[in-house]
Amino acid sequence: MAETKELVLLNCWVSPYGMRCRIALAEKRVEYEHKEENVMEKSPLLLQSNPVHKKIPVLVHGGKPVCESLVIVQYVDEAWPDRAPLLPVDAYGRAQARFWADFVDKKIFECGTKLWKLKKEAQGEAKKEFTEGLKLLEDELGEKKYFGGDAFGFVDIALVPLMAWFRTYESFGSFSAETEAPKLVAWGKRCMERESVAMSLPDPAKVYELVCYIRKAFGLE
Amino acid sequence: MKAVVLLGFWVSPFGQRCQIALAEKGVEYEYREETVPRDKSPLLLESNPVYKKIPVLIHDGKPVCESLIIVQYIDEAWPDRAPLIPADPYARAQARFWADFVDKKVCESALNLLKLKGEAQEAAKEEFIENLRLLECELGDKKYFGGDAFGFVDIALVPLTSWFYSFGTYGGFSVEEAVPKLVAWSKLCLERESVANSLCDPLKVYEYAKKIFG
Repeated sequence: MAETKELVLLNCWVSPYGMRCRIALAEKRVEYEHKEENVMEKSPLLLQSNPVHKKIPVLVHGGKPVCESLVIVQYVDEAWPDRAPLLPVDAYGRAQARFWADFVDKKIFECGTKLWKLKKEAQGEAKKEFTEGLKLLEDELGEKKYFGGDAFGFVDIALVPLMAWFRTYESFGSFSAETEAPKLVAWGKRCMERESVAMSLPDPAKVYELVCYIRKAFGLE
Repeated sequence: MKAVVLLGFWVSPFGQRCQIALAEKGVEYEYREETVPRDKSPLLLESNPVYKKIPVLIHDGKPVCESLIIVQYIDEAWPDRAPLIPADPYARAQARFWADFVDKKVCESALNLLKLKGEAQEAAKEEFIENLRLLECELGDKKYFGGDAFGFVDIALVPLTSWFYSFGTYGGFSVEEAVPKLVAWSKLCLERESVANSLCDPLKVYEYAKKIFG
């Protein structure tokens, strides 16, 4: 049985990718040990569990590691299939969910990272891609409660860590989330009413504080 | 329009992944060649408004985009034959991880190897070879990446092998010398009808690469 094996999540509190895994595990009501990694001094367990990318998050289940957040979320869905399905049952619905989660990776988090890591002059296309990405997501959400419809699911989990990072992206990307994507802001608030999300997302002010610190430390100011 | 339509481009390894998957499942489909990057058909633009790229699988009028997502869809839409992804959740996670690795790391370093010059190209080449070595390690002594059964990771990677000649020529190295086991695996895959019918002649790929990358 999946429950009887040891479960450890190697994570870093500020990582949106780690937040996805925490939300998925919480939705499934699965107990696990959370191990906070110092990404400047990676533990032997992390390096051993993810020798290819050497990154968090990693879910170690019965000693066997699973890497890459969207792979982890699908694994969690399939290892505990008896409750809170995270992906639709039908093949087409699943394909759509995977498409949009992949879009979130490419257009939101990859672009978002460029907004805070690069100086304004070097941000280039990143801001345009990011704000266009937000609009496409809003179109996809439409009037639905969640991306999956009535049920909170894969795309919601992929995107909702944005709520902890919006303030940071807004500040360094010079835009307002409420202006660019009011529907997403409203969707984000609905998601935050879920316990799994509320307990997995850090305070956006703390994320912003850390990013400011990193930028200073790396001479990005 | 037939029930299953694949919009592709003859030399695209991403389109070929889908062709292989459909062939493995014995699914009849209509293939439509798109002229990319210019002159994209209205059907392509309408079916993939987000990226406007091939491949796109259109099943009973409903489009599926992104090659690895298409392959998983094909596996799930025709579940009664030739499973492409393992049944067990951990093995599925491993398959997805390595297919994602091919997309993120191998394709990117390969593109850089073709596009860049001088020191940057040299760095791309080193990274590319390192990535292939990691895959070789993962293959180990198995027949295919999935073990005895040809599957998801094999499908993700094998179309890139008709580009090996181009990578080697641009980078000034022998892929066979760098990763002999992987080359042996690629020859084994080519014995499968689905693969042989989907991949292009490496020399034609090289002619195409010369047009695009100089």
